[in-house]
Amino acid sequence: MKKSLLTLFALMLALSLALAGCSSGGDSSKGGDDGKVDPNNVMIYGRGGDSVALDPAVVTDGESFIVTEQIYEPLVNYGKDNTDIVPGLAKEWKISDDGLTYTFTLEEGVKFHDGEKFNADAVVKNFDRWAQSKDGEKFAYYGSMFGGFEGDEGHVIKDVKADGENKVVITLNKPQAPFLKNVAMSPFAIASPKSLDGDKLSKEPVGTGPFKFKSWKPNDTIVLEKNADYWVKDMPKLDGVTFKVIKDNSSRLNALTKGEIDLMDALNPSDMKKVSDNGKLQLFERPSMNVGYLGFNVEKAPFDKKEVRQAISHLIDKQAIIDNFYEGTAEPAKNPMPPSIAGYNDEIQDREYDEAKAKELLAKAGMEKGFEMDLWAMPVARPYMPNGQKVAEAIQAKLAKVNIKANIVTFEWGTYLEKVQKGEAPMFMLGWTGDNGDADNFLYTLLDKDTIDSNNYARYANEDVHKLLVEAQTTADEAKREELYKQAQVIIHEDAPWVPLVHSKPQLAGASKIKGFVPHPTGSQSFADVSFE
Amino acid sequence: MFAYTIRRLATLVPVLLGMTFIVFMMIRAIPGNPAQLILGQQATKEAVASLTKRLGLDQPWYTQFIDYLTGLFTGDLGVSLKTNVPIAQEVWPYLAATMELAFVAMVIAIVIGVNAGIISAWFQNSWFDYTAMVLALVGVSMPIFWLGLMEQYVFSIHFDLLPTTGRDNIRVPVDPITHLYLIDTLIQGRMDQFAEVVKHLILPGVALATIPMAIIARMTRSSMLEVMRSDYIRTARAKGMKMFWVVYKHSLKNALIPVVTVIGLQTGLLLGGAILTETIFGWPGIGTYIYDAISYRDYPVIQSGILVVATIFVLINLLVDLLYAAIDPRIKFK
Repeated sequence: MKKSLLTLFALMLALSLALAGCSSGGDSSKGGDDGKVDPNNVMIYGRGGDSVALDPAVVTDGESFIVTEQIYEPLVNYGKDNTDIVPGLAKEWKISDDGLTYTFTLEEGVKFHDGEKFNADAVVKNFDRWAQSKDGEKFAYYGSMFGGFEGDEGHVIKDVKADGENKVVITLNKPQAPFLKNVAMSPFAIASPKSLDGDKLSKEPVGTGPFKFKSWKPNDTIVLEKNADYWVKDMPKLDGVTFKVIKDNSSRLNALTKGEIDLMDALNPSDMKKVSDNGKLQLFERPSMNVGYLGFNVEKAPFDKKEVRQAISHLIDKQAIIDNFYEGTAEPAKNPMPPSIAGYNDEIQDREYDEAKAKELLAKAGMEKGFEMDLWAMPVARPYMPNGQKVAEAIQAKLAKVNIKANIVTFEWGTYLEKVQKGEAPMFMLGWTGDNGDADNFLYTLLDKDTIDSNNYARYANEDVHKLLVEAQTTADEAKREELYKQAQVIIHEDAPWVPLVHSKPQLAGASKIKGFVPHPTGSQSFADVSFE
Repeated sequence: MFAYTIRRLATLVPVLLGMTFIVFMMIRAIPGNPAQLILGQQATKEAVASLTKRLGLDQPWYTQFIDYLTGLFTGDLGVSLKTNVPIAQEVWPYLAATMELAFVAMVIAIVIGVNAGIISAWFQNSWFDYTAMVLALVGVSMPIFWLGLMEQYVFSIHFDLLPTTGRDNIRVPVDPITHLYLIDTLIQGRMDQFAEVVKHLILPGVALATIPMAIIARMTRSSMLEVMRSDYIRTARAKGMKMFWVVYKHSLKNALIPVVTVIGLQTGLLLGGAILTETIFGWPGIGTYIYDAISYRDYPVIQSGILVVATIFVLINLLVDLLYAAIDPRIKFK
């Protein structure tokens, strides 16, 4: 066997050398179909999962959006590294004083990839498609961001009309403060009206974006090529982008090190040093727009007592967790939303790690002898929680110091989410990545009484908080809105339905030749101005 | 022989039917609602309820099972809940990818495993024998995750000989025709791409071959030892026949029968068990296809995917049984 292993080694060596002789990387012998594309000017993006579909309106996952972001464009965009609103397919817009009418002036001379003209009718047709479908299954984001569909009581959008060739007027039933931020989201990008007939869009996407769809080998690669007629001057700079699925994070890094891919997401924090030590690679840090938290089911004893929740808040050593499990790539959280979002209340004093204080609060709740409970630990790695099991163990050790015996419980991810949503978990780890950079998408979505049974897994209900959040939703005045959110955070901090743990900064790694790549806090961005040195 | 083949084929029907039923029930025993997983965390309760209904998941299990079976008899494997594409349409590229990889792995495993077993038996109790069998034991218990990453590190990154992941050069991809890339590149006369495809097959092929290679080596050794102790071999040796011929001509033929069984079983196992190798090497095969479906609760894909793999598995076993006759005519079919 040893001999055979040696033979195998020799064989592989010989074979690879022979093969290396007969081919080389960017072989130019491929004639015919597309002579213009330089394979070395195509960026290969390595990721952990495949897209579900290429119609942004029907998907909800980040892996789909990172691809559709290259093919389609919405009316307005987010800023390059923040969630401020900047022009997109609409070059300017006007909002009426009552906050009910939005008039968008569109870019002229823009064409879809199929040659169709982009104009006001195209925009109307897209909005009609979503609203008139009345299909919450298919257009899940439309339903949740705009309060349902045409004819529904809560539907925010009254109508969408073309005013001539290049003006679109959207009238609302009631003011929605984060309306523009919603419109900028990936699912509301505009597709060619011709492509909307039938159900082709999921497989054959047609937008106005910097790259055109070429081919898709499921679970393997999605190939996009440069849109030579792109309306923004001198863009895109690359000849194409190829998305390659490599599930295992370590293998993906191996592929990057070897030069088979140029950029990868979801770098293991423990691999950061390998990247920074390698002169051919560079690190990218995505600004945080997430929160990892420890939630209490406030309907279940003993967590129905505020003092118990506060006591546990004093027993979590956030900095130690960050140092040990995030390699320092996170900041401790004190609010349910990250500081990058407008309305963040920085005046809140976080509960320090303090055993004495915890004991005192437990005594106040009549639980000085401690108790036994289940701590639900996340079974999967997420950007906001790279290793749920280990973090749970660290928390368990600290709780033991005041005689709280935590039994760590876990389930497969789908089951975990479902059970937590049903309120079966007394204390659980979870997190959230924001969709649109608005405080509403954190506070209302995660902690309002309306979202119990949905994303309010803590089942936290507070009338005062509810009033503030609903008022903020319909307040157009930004300063006033921020003030409302700040007040809500004060009450939430006092009630402590969660222990906010961290805001993590997901790490990406890329070849050092990449220029102009700025990771966006929402998790996906266009590669239009990325280039190779 | 013909009648036997027909009879064996007929017995496959209840086997596959039973398997379909077991898989069907087991999937539904996993908690977690597919509708919720498909719609994501943003979904409203109403949307989840309506999707559950549309997918027929609110029906009693027997109704769902009968519907599924009826579909199967008309060649309908169901529609993927995730991609909305008929499974019969989308399964082939995955299956082809795994078959190509499993084929290469089996060739490696058989060539090396059989020879290592023969040499061990030939030089029984020698240092080679001991080393080989210890290595075979290590091979069986080697975590593929670790082996795969080590292979990448040594052969791709350190010595820069072979690619780390994928089936082809991503910058110059293969245009699939049959989805068996070795064949596709030959049809297209693209020797450069053929070479790329072979290069991409080596590391995952070796990783996947390790366990069957070790099992085949051990099986060949013990089978060879038994045969070499028999009278006719002793006679052959007494006549002064060269050891090489004794081993490779006279002993091997008879020793191979149990080895063929093992090879058949291992090939079937490879098809279903390639998940780890596929994960490490970014290989878009049937293993990861079914694995993804499980985490997504894509019921039709799980049940039909397993059914496809199981069908191939039982067909390989049938082939093995038929091969017996070819190797050893003494075996009579009843």
